[in-house]
Amino acid sequence: MSHSTAMPATEPGQFDFLVKGEHHVANGTLLGFWLYLMSDCLIFAALFATYGVLSQNYAGGPSGADLFDLPLVALNTSFLLFSSITYGFAMLQMQQRKLKGTIIWLAITGVFGAGFLGLELYEFYHLLHQGAGPQRSAFLSAFFTLVGTHGLHVCIGIIWLVTLLFQLRKHGLTTANRRRLFCLSMFWHFLDVVWIGVFTIVYLMGSLS
Amino acid sequence: MSELSHNHDEHHDHHEEEGPHSSFSGYMLGFMASVFLTAIPFWLVMGDVFSSRNTTVLIILAFALVQILVHMVYFLHMNFQSEGGWTMLSLIFTVVLLFITLAGSLWVMYHMNVNMMPSMMSGGS
Repeated sequence: MSHSTAMPATEPGQFDFLVKGEHHVANGTLLGFWLYLMSDCLIFAALFATYGVLSQNYAGGPSGADLFDLPLVALNTSFLLFSSITYGFAMLQMQQRKLKGTIIWLAITGVFGAGFLGLELYEFYHLLHQGAGPQRSAFLSAFFTLVGTHGLHVCIGIIWLVTLLFQLRKHGLTTANRRRLFCLSMFWHFLDVVWIGVFTIVYLMGSLS
Repeated sequence: MSELSHNHDEHHDHHEEEGPHSSFSGYMLGFMASVFLTAIPFWLVMGDVFSSRNTTVLIILAFALVQILVHMVYFLHMNFQSEGGWTMLSLIFTVVLLFITLAGSLWVMYHMNVNMMPSMMSGGS
């Protein structure tokens, strides 16, 4: 209200309601990306609910206790956890405007992510080989959908990460690239949060039954 | 309001970084806590520590919940201030939907299953 009166007199009778100095939301992209992650969270909620409902429907086939290889899952979990902390180190390097350090830690994160994906694909291959594919029972359909969707997210994360490595090498730590690093960081840590649910509910609780 | 008082660009270069500011100690603390909170559930299940299945399930679910909170705070830098509180608001909204989806599905489908048991339908044919 005070703005319009404080402005240098424009033509009398002409009102300018747009406040020129108004602050645009500084990090609109980050909030938008966060909202995307929240909607992604709902996809996983639906898949977790499906899995929860179908997790006992073995159709006379193998159960989680017969199939899951917990040491392998523990190794997989540690890969993802290590990739989270190495991504954190990349962010710290970025804060100090160290391009080389950012790239190195980002690449290490990518290697851990690829290791995670490799182990998961190995596990899937092993299950399919045993005749425990998604078509075997409702339990396995739900298992492959849930874990597979998470794996697909990690896969896309790795593609994004590699793209970002090239962009960083080409353009350096520009404002746009820093924003991208922030977005990928949220995506990556979000996937780790989802994985906590997966290893607890699918693997650990599945091995108990 | 203080940011209006000096040059915006200069301000940006010095400390007003887009996104949250993170620290080494914060990441390490979160990482250590996560390792601890991951290792214990695996140990409980792999080592058959408790004879009762329900006890183990409750404990590992509690550990998972705490670990999710740790990740939210130390890795995703959640707080009530960022983006004027909108990230937290959207998170709370999502958690409510999450709860409704999960609890609702499990509750309804459990009772469907129980009522559709073959033993209950013996009078039918």
